[in-house]
Parts: sequence; structure tokens; C-alpha cells
Amino acid sequence: MTVASEHQLERFMNRIDSGEKIEANDWMPDDYREALIRLISMHGISEIMGALPEKEWVPKAPTLHRKLAIMAKVQDEMGHGQLLLRVAEDLMEPLGKNRDDIMQDLFSGKLKFHNVFHMEAPTWGDAGIIAWLVDGAAIISQTMMLGTSYGPYGRALKRICAEEVFHAQHGESIIMALAEGTKEQRELLQDSINRWWPSLLMFFGPKSKAETGHTNQDKNMRYKLRTKTNEQLRQEFLTKYVPRIWALGLTIPDESLRFDEADGEWKYAQPDWNEFKRIVTGHGPKSQERLSLRVRSYEMNNWVREALGKSALASEVGSYE
Amino acid sequence: MDSGEYRNCLIELLYQLADDDFILAYRGSEWIGLAPHIEEDVAFSSISQDLMGHATLYYSLLEELGEGQADSLTHNRPPEKFHNAIILELPNGTGTYLENPDYDWGFTVVRNYFYTLAKKIRLDSIKTESYEPLQQIAKKISVEMSYHLMHWETWFNQLMNSTPEARSRMEKAIKLVLENFDGIFSYGELGDQIVKLSLIESEATLKQRWITELQKKEQIDLSMTMNKGNGRNGIHTKHLTTSLATLSEVYQSIPAAEW
Ligand SMILES: [Fe+2]
Ligand SMILES: [Fe+2]
Repeated sequence: MTVASEHQLERFMNRIDSGEKIEANDWMPDDYREALIRLISMHGISEIMGALPEKEWVPKAPTLHRKLAIMAKVQDEMGHGQLLLRVAEDLMEPLGKNRDDIMQDLFSGKLKFHNVFHMEAPTWGDAGIIAWLVDGAAIISQTMMLGTSYGPYGRALKRICAEEVFHAQHGESIIMALAEGTKEQRELLQDSINRWWPSLLMFFGPKSKAETGHTNQDKNMRYKLRTKTNEQLRQEFLTKYVPRIWALGLTIPDESLRFDEADGEWKYAQPDWNEFKRIVTGHGPKSQERLSLRVRSYEMNNWVREALGKSALASEVGSYE
Repeated sequence: MDSGEYRNCLIELLYQLADDDFILAYRGSEWIGLAPHIEEDVAFSSISQDLMGHATLYYSLLEELGEGQADSLTHNRPPEKFHNAIILELPNGTGTYLENPDYDWGFTVVRNYFYTLAKKIRLDSIKTESYEPLQQIAKKISVEMSYHLMHWETWFNQLMNSTPEARSRMEKAIKLVLENFDGIFSYGELGDQIVKLSLIESEATLKQRWITELQKKEQIDLSMTMNKGNGRNGIHTKHLTTSLATLSEVYQSIPAAEW
């Protein structure tokens, strides 16, 4: 490293330590940029892949009101993806890369998306659980990231978090209707909780390297991209939601689950972290099906993208939100 | 004036307006996650929600007129009681919205553009005469119509004026849409009375307005038919049956449940 760049790095770390926000055109070390690109493109692409399990339930939603609400929610998620990919694109520009590279990385399996979106969502109960608990978990981790050292990411998250609150309310409303409904509806709901519980525990990632062999959380904390560990977030989630689930008269499929007063934390059965690794590397129950849906949409619209490139009016489309 | 006849005609027209928007909103919602780019996914979904919202307004009016609950009208009515135009129920392409979709964006752009223009003309006609509560709805909806129209018109113009491949796909799509587009302008068996009672202007008047408007933009042959029959009279393809099965799958799964 040259003296000049050592100097730049020192100044950069001082800015991080004093809580300053880094902006897109500021100098930043390569590994900071790389960490951001990895984090934000994974987040963005997860929002987009996250639309797919819920997409199934958009036309099937059981009332006009629910149809409208879930369509609006899925639209928000795509909007989050769009917002985040733009932030990632700005970071990738000096490397000569763009959105097309993000898509290609997704298709090749290089870019991973969140474990929960590899899973099946076979009933309307799952549509409720996703909105209530997956979005609930997302609120917890995204709220923590609001203080991130990278300014553009923090601002995108602020808008995203505001919308996520409505998603969780929409989910809670579906859940309440099922919980207060017929015997069959309650069973539907209990089945969904049983199905989603391990994925929800995995949502926050492994506690430490010991579980999966590697994690990016140390570097991300040093750069103040995040402020809490995976385990801290998981504990917050359990504190917020376990009592609510129990209050609905539902059970959680973990007999060892309890709050340990002495340690001040939740004790729970570890999910299968080998399974987690298999899932996020594209071997989950729905990984290939969802990926191929995206690849297909990309291919069947090839001619449209080509046409847009040739059209003088290209930038006008898609401005109505 | 026979008030029973007026009521029947009004209800018939309302079903046509409601079902058109409801079914096209469904076809639009199938595109979620599959649009040509993410920005379009967001914009298109917004339009589909508007359409579903418009349908909901009409169904609420039908509910007030004693036709039954809006949710039951949409989730528990047999296909032959639906009075949407057939062009709107035809699939976006091959495959389903979950498995192996091979959707045709050209067809979607043409269908939506042509329909949106016809819908705007229809609403303008309703605004100037017709049943008071329906006029109110028409005024409310009209606000969003200019955005929808602008959106689809932009797509239409772009794809008509870019690559030779896009042009030929669009021309094919126009032909395909026009084969059944006449059904949009039909009011069905009660058509004469509907017009006589001043609920809306005549089929021919609205169609002519639509043709004149489009000819201003593009010199294309706009002769149209309804090859697959008249949906206003309850005639439909198997595609409506499968669509309604999807739309009502959860609603029907547990009878008498609240959702
Ligand atoms: Fe989101
Ligand atoms: Fe969300």
C-alpha cells in the first residue's frame, strides 16, 4: 500500500469512527466497496426473489380486499428491490458493472438470495406468515441497518422500513382472521408456523463461524455497516414474536424453547445449519423453480429490452408509480 | 319508464364494467415478477391494483342494488354469469403464472392500450349521462385513466417504432387482439334498451370515437370481430373457467369462513 492510500484509509476510518456517512462519490477502500456491493445486491435481489413466493397468492387471495392488499405489498417489495439495485449499481459503476451483471450473477448462482425465499409457501396461511413473521424479521434487521455508515443505503432503508410496517400489519390481519376462524383455518395457520419456524430462526444467519465456517459479520461491524450481531437480532425477534404466537393459542415446534431468566436470553434448538448452507447455495425446495422463473422472464422479454435500446423514447416507460 | 327494466339494464351494464376490470386486473397480476424490467413490474402492478379497485367500486354498487356481496360476486359466481368481453380473459401467453410462463409482452401492451382507450371513452360517455351513482364512480375513476393511457400509449409507440422484430411482433399482436375486440363495444342482449334508457351512448358511437382516436396516432387497419363469441351474453372460453378457479381457490376451500 502506498503512503498516499494509507493516508486515505486512515482518514476514511476516522470518518467511520466519528459516525460520518460515506457517500457514493467519496473515496472508499476496495473491501468496503466490495462488502457494500455484496450486502446491498443480496438485499435487493432478495426483495425481488421474495416477490415470487407471495406472487402465487396474489390472485388466490380470498377477498377483494385481501387481493388488493397483497398486490400492493408485493409491489412494494419489487419497489424495494429497484431502490436497492440502484444503490448497488452506483457502487458498481467504477468497476464497469451494471444491473445486467447482477442478474447474471443471480442466474449463475454467484449472487445468493435470502434463505426464506427458497422455501415453499403452499397455503394461504403461508402468505400470512410470510407477511407477519418474515417481514417482521426483516423489520428487525433493517431497522438495525438504518445507522449504516453508507449514506445512500441508510436513506433507502428508511423508506423501506416505513413500508415494511404496513406489510407486517397486513400479515397480522391475515393471521388474526385465521386464528379467530374455523377449526380448519386454525389448523392451516398452525401448519404454516410449523413449516416456517426453522427458516425464521435461520433468517438472521449463524451465530458465529462455528456454525457454517464463515461469516461476514465481523468486517461489516468494523465498517459500521451493521451494529448488532446475528444472535442479538434473533433474540430480539424471539422476544417480540414468541409471546404473540403463544397468545394466539398456537404452538411453536421446539419443546426446548424458553426464556432463561438467569442468562437473560432465549434458549432454542439450533436449526440445521448444514441445511441452511444447502438452501442458500441453491439447493432449497424451491430454489431452482424460482430461479428458472426469473431466467424465463428475462429470456422471454429479450426482444423488449432490445427494442427499448433502439427506441428514441426509452426512458419514458416505467415512470408511473 | 318501467323501473324494473331500468334496474335490469343498469345491473347488466354494471356487470360488464365490473367484470372487464376484474378479469383484466387478474391477467395483469399474473405478470408480477415477470415484466420486462423491475420498473415496469412496479408500474404495471400499480395499474392492476387500480383496475381491481375500479371493479370493486362497481361490485359495491351491485351489492347496494341487492345482487349479493361483492366478495361472493367475484368468488362464487359461475363463468356463464360473467359478462366481461372475451378478449380480456384470454391468457397472456402459454404456461401459467407459476409454471413455465411464456408470456407475450406485445399482446399485453396492445390489449391494455386498446382496452384503456375504450374504457376512457366509455367512462366519458357515462359521465355525461346515466345513473347518478354510476356517474360519480366514472368521475372518480377518470382521474387515474390518463395515467394508464399514457403508460400503455408510451409502450405501444416505443415498440411500434424500434426494431423490425418488435414491429412484426406488435403487428401480430394487433391482429390477435382485434379478432376479439368487437366484444368490448357490445352491450349484449340488452344493448338496445341500455342505450334507449340513456345509461350510455350507442355501441357504434363509442366504437367510432375509439377508431378516430387511434387513427390519429397510427395508420393501421382496425377492422375487428368477435371470433370467440360475445362474452356479454355469458359465452366464454375455458380460460375464464380456469381463471375463476384460481381466483376463488382459497375462498371456496373452506365454506362460510371469514378471511
Ligand atoms: Fe421489502
Ligand atoms: Fe416487506
